[in-house]
Amino acid sequence: MSSVTLQNVVKRFHRFTAVHEVNLEIPDGAFVTLLGPSGCGKTTNLRMIAGLLDPTEGEILIGGKRVNDVPIHKRNLGIVFQNYALFPHKTVAENVAFGLKYRDVPKAEIAGRVQKALDLVQLPDVGTRYPKALSGGQQQRIALARAIVIEPDVLLLDEPLSALDANLREDMRVELKRIQEQIGVTTVFVTHDQSEALAMSDRIVVMSAGRIEQVGTPEEVYNTPASEFVASFLGASNILPARITGQDADTVHLEDPLFGAVPVPAAKAPALAGASRAKLVLRAEKLQIVAAGAPTPGMIAAPAFVETVDYQGQTVRYFVRVGNTQMQAINMIDERPYAQGEAVQAAFRPKDCAALPES
Amino acid sequence: MGWQLIRGYALLVYVFMFLPVAVVVLLSFNASQFGSFPITGFSFRWFIELAQNDAILRAFRTSMVLGLLTALISTTLGVLASLALVRYRVPGENVISTLLIAPILVPEVVLAVALLLFLNFLGINKSFALLLFGHVLFTLPFVILVVQARLIAIRRDVEEAAMSLGASPVQTFFQITLPLMLPAVLAGALFAFTISFDDITGTLFWKPGGVETVPTQIFAMLRNSISPEINALGTVMIAMTVGLPLLGAAIARTISRKSGV
Ligand SMILES: Nc1ncnc2c1ncn2[C@@H]1O[C@H](COP(=O)(O)OP(=O)(O)O)[C@@H](O)[C@H]1O
Ligand SMILES: [Mg+2]
Repeated sequence: MSSVTLQNVVKRFHRFTAVHEVNLEIPDGAFVTLLGPSGCGKTTNLRMIAGLLDPTEGEILIGGKRVNDVPIHKRNLGIVFQNYALFPHKTVAENVAFGLKYRDVPKAEIAGRVQKALDLVQLPDVGTRYPKALSGGQQQRIALARAIVIEPDVLLLDEPLSALDANLREDMRVELKRIQEQIGVTTVFVTHDQSEALAMSDRIVVMSAGRIEQVGTPEEVYNTPASEFVASFLGASNILPARITGQDADTVHLEDPLFGAVPVPAAKAPALAGASRAKLVLRAEKLQIVAAGAPTPGMIAAPAFVETVDYQGQTVRYFVRVGNTQMQAINMIDERPYAQGEAVQAAFRPKDCAALPES
Repeated sequence: MGWQLIRGYALLVYVFMFLPVAVVVLLSFNASQFGSFPITGFSFRWFIELAQNDAILRAFRTSMVLGLLTALISTTLGVLASLALVRYRVPGENVISTLLIAPILVPEVVLAVALLLFLNFLGINKSFALLLFGHVLFTLPFVILVVQARLIAIRRDVEEAAMSLGASPVQTFFQITLPLMLPAVLAGALFAFTISFDDITGTLFWKPGGVETVPTQIFAMLRNSISPEINALGTVMIAMTVGLPLLGAAIARTISRKSGV
């Protein structure tokens, strides 16, 4: 197991820059997710760590050693590909044993280690089968077994769950996390799915257009987004322009045209020193729709109209109009959802807000 | 009614195409002195005479050696060319690709004369090596077309997975890429062999004096008389050129069924 470090890494394809000056430190044993929309450079980053692409500029270190000139087959990495990439002409056991052949593992030991890896992914009995005789989810587990049986320094996974159907994906998510914790391998996971990232990661690296937008724990990136992009990419957010009326040790006082004064906790409003304007960020789940005229203790409320009701069973998503601004609210359903056209109040607790500098 | 007509017509076309072949096969087992009807009895006599005819045996050996060498060289070159064209960025990729395929598009006579003139111009004499070179030239496109199609279908990430597990690029080729494209490689080799084995046009132009392949030998024999031996030889040729590809396809199918490619 090893840490992974990217220093000023740039990747250009001809004139197009896919990755801009990325600096990233992935600690030993951590589960780090690269999260971002399609085309933002996640795979490019991962392939540079793997040695499948050469960085145009910058250094890549694995376990503190520069690996820019080390070819992929000497890097001791486990890679799990989106489409499994199992060897179709080899049995499952041969697939899993493949990496051991190149590692001076005594012949007698190979079968045992293969079996242990198959046990770990909970498919102990499929060794003699060919990959095509397995379901997608099983193939993905075998791909994982093949990658970890070699005890890699780093495990790299590129959207490994995206080819699975929804139910299976959630099971595999839990499974993958369990296995990673059990073997403690440094893991770099690539996904465009925010719920995967939030559920599995020790740290999330949010990327956009080849740049890192924010690095933090799931709570940090979710509750204290560092940019408007992060706020809107991780779940639905309402972003309102606001004026800064004052700052003290633990509160930043904002003034918003719709809701009036909003005191935001300073911890959730970093990087605002000296600014006069800011953006107020309020997650859709934190915006409560309450009946018109009902008391809203401890909350800031404004009158609103329900424009659209998107019923989702346990929860409901409202689009409401507050003044001339449309806002989104995702609420648990109490008795019945509010109806379209109903006059309501939109309310929130100031401590649920975050503030961003106006860019 | 319309369909009946089309069906009848199609049947006639098949009869027209295959009747002569059937006649040759039938007559090769005819005991009669003359290579024609009526059939007087069933016999292997002409096959036995064939096996004792030195000229034909020599031609057969020449054809086998030529075919096998052509298959070997064409397949090796074809696999390498396909790898370069599919797996690597080669400058002028499209031009090279077109040039390699071109020999199929040019009429064989033109190709034959052109190569001959070119070698005359260089002052090189006809030889077995030249004949082999010619055969490689016009069997190569078939190998490339078959192997390339297969190689495109082999996912790059399978090779990348092998390398990530510690296999060097060369080990990856022999462990992963080659086994996965083996059916296509075998098919290409068979194509090359059969095309070389029954080629006559190019061979007539390129062969040095005194060297005969089976087709040119038949051609020479026909000029004298129609011997029943020719029917027997024809049957052997049919068995080889039809049987070999069928056998090859069967082998390829077994390989790929076993591994589930
Ligand atoms: N080999 C390549 N040649 C040219 N452009 C590429 C190549 N690989 C990726 N790109 C471009 O780089 C950008 C980032 O790609 P990628 O890392 O695959 O994105 P992601 O994995 O985040 O979806 C994309 O715009 C993509 O089109
Ligand atoms: Mg990608």
